[in-house]
Amino acid sequence: MPTLSIDGTEIEVAEGTTVLRACEQAGVEIPRFCFHERLSIAGNCRMCLVEQVGVPKPLASCAMPVTDGMQILTRSERVQAAREGVMEFLLVNHPLDCPICDQGGECDLQDQALYYGRVRSRYREAKRAVTDKDFGPLVKTVMTRCIHCTRCVRFMDEVAGVPELGTMGRGEDMEIVAALDGCLHSELSGNVVDLCPVGALTSKPYAFAARPWELSHTESVDVLDAAGSAIRIDSRDGRVLRVLPRVNEEINEEWIGDRSRYAVDGLVVRRLDRPWLREDGGFRPVTWEAALAAVATALQAAAPERTAALMGDLPGLEGMTALADLMRARGVASVDCRQDGGAYGPGVPASWRFNAGIAGIDRADAVLLIGTNPRREAPVINARFRRRWRTAGLPVARVGPVTDLTYPVTELGAAAQVLVELAEGSHPFADVLERARHPLIVVGSGALARPDGGVVLGLARRLADAVGVAGADWNGFSVLQRSAARAGGLELGIVPADGGLDAGGMLAAARAGGLDFAYLLGADEIDPDAFRDTFTVYQGHHADRGARYADVLLPGAAYTEQAATYVNTEGRPQQARPAHPPPGDARPDWKILVALARELGSPLPYESLDGLRSRIEAAVPHLAHIDQLPPVAPLAPFGDPDGVLDAAPFEEMVPDYYRTCPISRASATMAACARAVADA
Amino acid sequence: MSGGTELFPGPDRDAAEAILGRYPPAHRQSAVLPLLDLAQRRHGGWLPPAVVDAVGDYLGMPSMRVRELVTFYSMFHDRPVGRYLVQVCRTTPCWLRGSDEVLAGAREELGIAPGETTPDGLFTLIEVECLGACADAPVVQINDDYHERLDGERMRAWLRDRRGAEDD
Ligand code: SF4
Ligand code: FES
Ligand code: FES
Repeated sequence: MPTLSIDGTEIEVAEGTTVLRACEQAGVEIPRFCFHERLSIAGNCRMCLVEQVGVPKPLASCAMPVTDGMQILTRSERVQAAREGVMEFLLVNHPLDCPICDQGGECDLQDQALYYGRVRSRYREAKRAVTDKDFGPLVKTVMTRCIHCTRCVRFMDEVAGVPELGTMGRGEDMEIVAALDGCLHSELSGNVVDLCPVGALTSKPYAFAARPWELSHTESVDVLDAAGSAIRIDSRDGRVLRVLPRVNEEINEEWIGDRSRYAVDGLVVRRLDRPWLREDGGFRPVTWEAALAAVATALQAAAPERTAALMGDLPGLEGMTALADLMRARGVASVDCRQDGGAYGPGVPASWRFNAGIAGIDRADAVLLIGTNPRREAPVINARFRRRWRTAGLPVARVGPVTDLTYPVTELGAAAQVLVELAEGSHPFADVLERARHPLIVVGSGALARPDGGVVLGLARRLADAVGVAGADWNGFSVLQRSAARAGGLELGIVPADGGLDAGGMLAAARAGGLDFAYLLGADEIDPDAFRDTFTVYQGHHADRGARYADVLLPGAAYTEQAATYVNTEGRPQQARPAHPPPGDARPDWKILVALARELGSPLPYESLDGLRSRIEAAVPHLAHIDQLPPVAPLAPFGDPDGVLDAAPFEEMVPDYYRTCPISRASATMAACARAVADA
Repeated sequence: MSGGTELFPGPDRDAAEAILGRYPPAHRQSAVLPLLDLAQRRHGGWLPPAVVDAVGDYLGMPSMRVRELVTFYSMFHDRPVGRYLVQVCRTTPCWLRGSDEVLAGAREELGIAPGETTPDGLFTLIEVECLGACADAPVVQINDDYHERLDGERMRAWLRDRRGAEDD
């Protein structure tokens, strides 16, 4: 291991470390524009210059590997002069438009100019101006501000795997362009806004909305897919203005998908902000008292076996627990957290979790995707697959429709029948899995929601056994969930009790007039028409599908407005925190249910969030270990491998990445994205 | 357009394969510059977008990466050029030795400004930086040939001859 000195302090670093990284390890900050630790090294901005004693020219530290005995100076006069020189050149063509630039206050160039900029420019010639480009509805461009660091180009090329950005021309004439006007065809495109060190790429929906110092920051977790990405919610005056990723190395690293970032304008549209009661075919706004009284009356009148409760894709553990407790206390068996009808082994966590862990993808050496499109279902997880392919040539095969996943895929066809061949070992890819040290089988939640979901699950399970997918330090049987609520509901055991109806059963019963009362907790991805003749309560934050035929609408809080725990596809509990209170009369989900239970005269055994969380912990202890992966779940038997497979092929479960939930469906930005993709 | 057959028909196919043969199979993309050159020669001295994309397909490179190269290297042209591409060096040594007169001669003879092409499509005139032959300045490159120690009159004479020859 080489030893070097940095500003006189000795430090030993790993072989191959760059000078910039060594400086960071020594606690010395090096300014940079083009360097980014998750992208390849470009070495083109020269802001990171340092001095090596005995070497006549300053070095670009980001690209220079450490050699033994190097003496690096980062604070010498020469370094200062060199960086001032670089800064002067960068500013030659950079407009002085900080007052009208959205990057202002969080701009690397602005910050560095404070330390290395001259007070007055010596440049008297004409500045260049560059035509702005159309990168679509998410990314606003002001290309005259670009300093050609190529971070955006490298991100799209390397991480997103959609090489649609490039540099045209050279020198003075160089410009960043997109392959096609009007849209970047990546679910991760918004990340270029974070990466751009200047104001060349900024968020289009957030344009001129706020200055960074006016915002309150709330650390939370994303719920618009099931990855559980770490986010920061930036809000002002009771309104979410933007969502940014936070670093979580085990999940999203530092990226988030475009829906997670940009759907938040949907949080203020079509909101339920007061209780409503259906009357004469229309809705009448009522007080909470009246609404709860109406619900209680109907619920008391309904027979428990003709009562059902269904949970959607967005509620947290607290709301789901309160609803399940309330219903079970009344002897209602038909309670289900799987609105999509997914077939999971009841009580077998390994049958619904991404057991390998998202970070486990970095160890996988063969992957089979079954009925899943990770690019649309969890873009940040897909980025890991892509990296594993780029760095280690990960072989990926898929049973399902052909789509571009941004890495090569061996297509095994969309027919489920091939699962039988795989499970019997007569398919060549079974050998690839068997030879792998860390084989990974990823089953999509959509594949399990088919009528033959149990058979698909069972065959995947049998294949897992056949190829030895679980070892001492590895369990490669993994389910990729799409909804933030599902794994949590399953961990809580919110499935019908004996004799109860599951989601499909509820809908069928409702259609046949066999239900008196249905309680939908944010259940929107169903056919609401089924509940036309059933007394239906819809509790949620948006007047979306589930609200259509409801008799009572109870306004709940969205994920940015309530404290709630979410379990991601790995089974990892994480906490969402409120950025501001819910609008109007809307209330946190659990509080509504606690109030309803009181109204019913049989209060729940908790009145506070802490009490409710203790109840959850008592039932499922590991759910209290926030941010921790759950204990390894044994691969107990589950599924029905000998059942009959459907002839129908696997289908794309996310035809429209941009609109998958009540929030994203209410978002004008997401609608614009869907249009842009359709037009291109 | 895609695949090598349409891009490099007939004997060009062998030329393309020979170029590829110079690089290890795992590094096909290393052949991109000579293949772009070959393609440009076969497509009237410039690279239409479809040809650029086809070279990318042929080598398994994203078309954006190939477009970047085409715009980076001044020897590739992403717009049509005349049959004769007249490149007048304007860097200091040539300038000191009279490149201004050479350029003026060409402008007068052709009736176009740098960056333009004559209406008959025969000549494109551009200014370039050092052509690496400063010892014989001033220098003009016309297609693959260097014309050295020029002056305005010799420049005009050459262009006149060419036009005459083409008209016959
Ligand atoms: S647009 Fe931003 S990220 Fe892209 S090259 Fe320019 S400065 Fe860098
Ligand atoms: S950070 Fe080193 S050259 Fe840009
Ligand atoms: S300056 Fe003209 S050839 Fe070098």
